[in-house]
Amino acid sequence: MSGFWNLWIAGLVSLNIAFVGWLLFATALKKKGDQKAGPETTGHIWDGDLREYNNPLPRWWLGIFYASIVFALLYLVLFPGFGSFKGILGWSQVSQWQGQKADADAVVSREFARFTGVSVEDLAKDPGAIKIAKNLFAANCAMCHGSDAHGAKGFPNLTSPNLTWGRTADDIVATISNGRAGVMPTWKDTLGADGVVQVANYVYTLSGRTAPDAAAAAAGKEKFATICFACHGPEGKGNKLLGAPNLTDDYWIYGSSLDTIKETVANGRTNRMPAWLDTLGEQKVKLLAAYIYSLAPPPADAAAAPAPVADAAPAPAGT
Amino acid sequence: MQSAETYNDTVVRQFALMTVVWGIVGMLVGVIIASQLLFPALNFDIAWLSYGRLRPLHTNAVIFAFGGSALFCTSYYIVQRTCHARLFAGPLATFTFWGWQAIILAAAITLPLGITSGKEYAELEWPIDLAIAVVWVCYAIVFLGTIVKRKVKHIYVANWFFAAFIITVAVLHIVNSAAIPVTMWKSYSAYAGVVDAMVQWWYGHNAVGFFLTAGFLGIMYYFVPKQAGRPVYSYRLSVVHFWALISVYMWAGPHHLIYTSLPDWAQSLGMVFSLILIAPSWGGMINGIMTLSGAWHKLRTDPILKFLIVSLSFYGMSTFEGPMMSIKTVNALSHYTDWTIGHVHSGALGWVAMVSIGALYALIPRLYGRTEMHSTKLIDIHFWVMTIGVVLYVAAMWISGVTQGLMWRATNVDGTLTYTFVEALKATYPFYAVRLIGGVMVLSGMFLMAYNVWKTITAPNASTVAQPVPAPAHG
Repeated sequence: MSGFWNLWIAGLVSLNIAFVGWLLFATALKKKGDQKAGPETTGHIWDGDLREYNNPLPRWWLGIFYASIVFALLYLVLFPGFGSFKGILGWSQVSQWQGQKADADAVVSREFARFTGVSVEDLAKDPGAIKIAKNLFAANCAMCHGSDAHGAKGFPNLTSPNLTWGRTADDIVATISNGRAGVMPTWKDTLGADGVVQVANYVYTLSGRTAPDAAAAAAGKEKFATICFACHGPEGKGNKLLGAPNLTDDYWIYGSSLDTIKETVANGRTNRMPAWLDTLGEQKVKLLAAYIYSLAPPPADAAAAPAPVADAAPAPAGT
Repeated sequence: MQSAETYNDTVVRQFALMTVVWGIVGMLVGVIIASQLLFPALNFDIAWLSYGRLRPLHTNAVIFAFGGSALFCTSYYIVQRTCHARLFAGPLATFTFWGWQAIILAAAITLPLGITSGKEYAELEWPIDLAIAVVWVCYAIVFLGTIVKRKVKHIYVANWFFAAFIITVAVLHIVNSAAIPVTMWKSYSAYAGVVDAMVQWWYGHNAVGFFLTAGFLGIMYYFVPKQAGRPVYSYRLSVVHFWALISVYMWAGPHHLIYTSLPDWAQSLGMVFSLILIAPSWGGMINGIMTLSGAWHKLRTDPILKFLIVSLSFYGMSTFEGPMMSIKTVNALSHYTDWTIGHVHSGALGWVAMVSIGALYALIPRLYGRTEMHSTKLIDIHFWVMTIGVVLYVAAMWISGVTQGLMWRATNVDGTLTYTFVEALKATYPFYAVRLIGGVMVLSGMFLMAYNVWKTITAPNASTVAQPVPAPAHG
């Protein structure tokens, strides 16, 4: 605040408070006639019968008025308000926030201390850890994946035993920490309209269902073997290294209807899971990973493949 | 001895009837949006009926159409009676009526169309803002002109409040609405960032202080002593609380911006001056209620006095609650919650609407050459329906507001929020139903009033013959 504005604000504040104080002081004084038996009117009459008494100011009301002025002056000594004077307490809303934040952080780090060095798998068995992780999930993840983690169209169902990017502890930590970008290219130009229908019919059969159009499915099988297998594997079991979904299970990110599959094949899909490590920190990422890990039975390859990120093999059937 | 001059009551009658009409319209829109909060499907997927467009229509209709018409009506009536003079510049007064109605109509069309400047309680776009400025200046000329030609030396206290309200609202409106037009129906504020917010709430709170408080205190200062048949309690008190009120109110705006990017010093001043405002505000309540001492028995038989006295009680309560809510620690809980809505309605329904309704019930028979309304019994029923409705409304919003405030701020030891937004919404949902019931009761009361007014003004003995101006009792 510049010198002028400091004087302007401080001056106006002083003038206004002094004015109100003077007003009270001057009118609260006893007037001639106040002690008479009954109140007198001012002698003015309007509109036939409108008159005014001139009763003294009620003492309790004066008390409230003076008290509020004293409070105001005291407050302006202690806190910022009187022009550029900061107040002798040195309070500011930013410092108040910083103090409260520091207190909360201290509680949180004390609470989280016991999770240090515990593996995701072990945390998943710790009810206290899962309770906290559920809170974190509700605050950070539920807006996309739903408060029950069941997801929605385009947002994976995290209770599924077969996640596209894998659901070993390390997979989940990597997904939450760094995010994922899933891209399915558009195929309508390559396949043509008929090709899209054929491939979609074939993909429809991969999860054990009968294709609406068996002849198209048969033609689609050949096209799948020349184009789609590159990412989804010869048997359509996907590749978690590429984020290519397993097409043989009942877990679908966008939906399993023939129309939805046609749409996916024709136009492709682009999806993104944001990276959370910078926002949440390692500790919270680990807790969230433990919660998601706990939502489905542990994957069969968890023990066998400790470094699953390097594991390009398709996930075994039935997981 | 009587002069040949008569009072100009035509414009008073026009504004009086439109007050009832706009009261029904404004409160009906309020009931509709309260229903939408309970049943969102009631917007029927029509943009014009969506909550975001109807809410400003509701606030504009009740504040400026209903409240504004009540103020024009009563100020024109009171200034003539207490100055013993016919309204100055009669054609200009007629213009203020038609001008104000045209502005209300323009608001009722543009707001549902989504045409808005986005400033709360000042949503109307620049062409309408210009029209408001013109009508308001005419209003000032008519009102102050009548005071100038008064036949009584002393200016009656009600007129101080009306004059302060008219002059201040002109300044507030012109400064806050300053904008750069880009098209016929779009403009951008002349201010930016936190300065814009501060100007907006300097306007916003003084709209409460001068439009909804000072103006209605003017109504109170005429109709309470008239209806009670008693002198005003204390002239001295009216002097102190008038000057303290109008000087201190100017500072209170920043309490709408506590814990925001507004600098600390401005927030503090908003808070301490709001606290200093308790006593000046209560001065008006004391002066009104104490005027009744010696005439308390009249409350048993006169429902109009009940309206006036209960309105003063709500006034006292809201003007205590407001300063409390401006305290930083209280504001941290109450801000952004339904508590604010409850506070506004205890002021707007309990104080503003009740004092206006009481005044109209006293005024309308006199404007039509009668001694009282068609049915005193209906006034009494209106009083009870409205009082219970307002209490239900305000209590529901208190509970729901404090619930929201507590649920939103609750945190777990892990630093997360204890409740999701939807959990707090679920907790407050039943109170939205109670609020709707309260609102429906208040609206039903307005229909009773409309019926009563209709029967009063269409009765065979109703007359609109101009009343002569009596000579003042002294100079």
